[in-house]
Amino acid sequence: MKYLSEYRNLEATKQYLDLIEKTATQTWNIMEICGGQTHGLVKNGIINLLPENVRMIHGPGCPVCVTPLNLIDKAIELLEKGVIVCSFGDMVRVPGSKKSLLEAKANGGDLRILYSPLEAVNIAKQNPDKEVVFFAVGFETTAPANALSVLHAKKENVTNYSILVSHVLVPPAMEGILDDELCTIDAFLGAGHVCAIMGMKEYYPLVEKYKIPIVITGFEPLDLVQGIYMALLQLEKGEYKLENQYSRVVKEEGNVEAKKMMEAVFEIADREWRGIGSIPDSGYRLKKEFLDFDAETKFKISSITTPENSACIAGQILKGIKKPHQCEQFGKACTPSNPLGAPMVSSEGACAAYYHFSNDLITS
Amino acid sequence: MSNKDIGYDTINLGHGSGGLMTRDLLDHIIFETFSNPYLDQKHDGSIIKVDGEMAISTDSFVVSPIFFKGGNIGELAVNGTVNDVAMCGANPKFLSLAFVVEEGLPMGDFIKIVKSIKETADRAGVQIITGDTKVVERGKGDKIFINTTGFGKVHPEAHISPYKIKAGDKIIISGPVAQHGMAIMSQRDGLEFESTIESDTTNLNFLVNDLLDGFGDKIHLFRDPTRGGLASVLSEIASDTELGISIKETEIPLDDQVAAACEILGLDPLFVANEGIFVTIVDAEVADAVLELMKKDKKGARAACIGEFTQEHPKKVVMHSVIGGKRMVTPMIGEQLPRIC
Repeated sequence: MKYLSEYRNLEATKQYLDLIEKTATQTWNIMEICGGQTHGLVKNGIINLLPENVRMIHGPGCPVCVTPLNLIDKAIELLEKGVIVCSFGDMVRVPGSKKSLLEAKANGGDLRILYSPLEAVNIAKQNPDKEVVFFAVGFETTAPANALSVLHAKKENVTNYSILVSHVLVPPAMEGILDDELCTIDAFLGAGHVCAIMGMKEYYPLVEKYKIPIVITGFEPLDLVQGIYMALLQLEKGEYKLENQYSRVVKEEGNVEAKKMMEAVFEIADREWRGIGSIPDSGYRLKKEFLDFDAETKFKISSITTPENSACIAGQILKGIKKPHQCEQFGKACTPSNPLGAPMVSSEGACAAYYHFSNDLITS
Repeated sequence: MSNKDIGYDTINLGHGSGGLMTRDLLDHIIFETFSNPYLDQKHDGSIIKVDGEMAISTDSFVVSPIFFKGGNIGELAVNGTVNDVAMCGANPKFLSLAFVVEEGLPMGDFIKIVKSIKETADRAGVQIITGDTKVVERGKGDKIFINTTGFGKVHPEAHISPYKIKAGDKIIISGPVAQHGMAIMSQRDGLEFESTIESDTTNLNFLVNDLLDGFGDKIHLFRDPTRGGLASVLSEIASDTELGISIKETEIPLDDQVAAACEILGLDPLFVANEGIFVTIVDAEVADAVLELMKKDKKGARAACIGEFTQEHPKKVVMHSVIGGKRMVTPMIGEQLPRIC
């Protein structure tokens, strides 16, 4: 784990924190896009180590948090129809309109928690008399593996496998946030792992259009403080450009093979974001030639709609307009054991990260 | 003792009927293995002599898979309850043993588990003095569930209570965290990954007894961080006092391989289950000597002082992170769920 401990070095982190303190001459609002970055900031106590005038705003990059309620209800309906539903772990506790996948499992549903959609294809092969659906949630990071599972199933003629697609894309969400008139964001830390797949190309137009610095950043403490420092340097100089702090992982062109797979299977479509609403061209759907693997088409469940809980301000949290502890429900009606909305469920969700790791240590 | 003695390759409903098949199973496997003066009376229960304070603890074991790297459900059922009694400051002597078996369990697996229970009980110095065997229909259980209850005499010098904890008390952990949970996780269906991580399951009663012999009432608390991990146990202890807990991330013993597995699966090692370590809260004046004594024992060789109690942030656990930040440590809510990315 040496490759990790080097990025958790106390002295090096302190040096960057000192530089940040010296560099910031006014208040700046910096949004980290990815939930993994939020998790890293809060878990390592970095937020409390930053000077008061450097404010981190937690972005919408938690896949669990932005998956709309009605998709969860659809997954539950599949489970109740006797379908084997496979999911990434942190999706299963997110409340749907009536219950979570975990509760549906307790009622007899066959729910499997997996790390890889390819494992779901294996389950489909082992259970030829059952239908198997993988809940394909996530950003550009999980899309290649989900695409691969479909290609694999098609090649091996596994006809009882399909995916419930809830794929969203980062750049349209950033535009959505910047277009909001309440937006106060001065710079972005770009999502390192998303860029590892997609490369940097998509971000140059954003920098130009909104004249905003974007620093593609990693997830370890040293990555985060360095990314914040790089963003600050640009802000203080009045510059705006795309920079890559996470160059050990992110290449200009991204992962070409992964992108090919995604392009083969998915096409761009409008997508609903939990708490934010519909954003044009902000996600993926399966291409026509792969509709046999589309669970919504296969099981005719596409008409379920579900309203959100009105007490939950997830939308404002995800856009960075409010911080989790500024919500009236935070830690009261809404806790990780009884979440009103998704950001309180996933460990990457801004609300859960605040609740678990900082609680009342956070005063600002 | 083999399948031949019983005449069946798998356990079926008949073995839980109370009839001759049950008798055969008990005579050839249970009584033969665990024979001792208490059990050999073959009463409905056992009669034991008690003088002074006794500690009693019960626990049910439902782990899946039932055989895992570093142990099996039987070993866990003995060590788990032995350790719970030990955490009360007592020396466990007797165990009850109850099985709920799902029909279809290979007889060989049952025998293997029973033998392992016997070996583990011998190592811990406890006798199985009463028990029960039930068989449920296929699908009504998960291979085998085991309940054990342990009894032991409280150490004369033991004064174990969270009320005795005061500011400045040191928090000592007996070994590296998260081994058991990650050993199990590495063999769960659908999550298998190559690793040599082994469960840390072991009995802790002798080490606990040595500590009480040496330091008596300077030891304020023992707790084993099983389900919910170190984070949950520390949160519980803090909430039982009017004090806060301050710990240092860098001091918590954690094996590289376990850390790597947690990292890959997106799990926090502080929430992962342990079976062979304990936390003890001791008076600061004896902390160094306690550590020295623990390190002489194989089961405490990697013991470390991870923090202390403080007047600040009452009832809260605060961890100083590797990079000098602070974070709250909260108890685990439900099952720890792996993150998406």
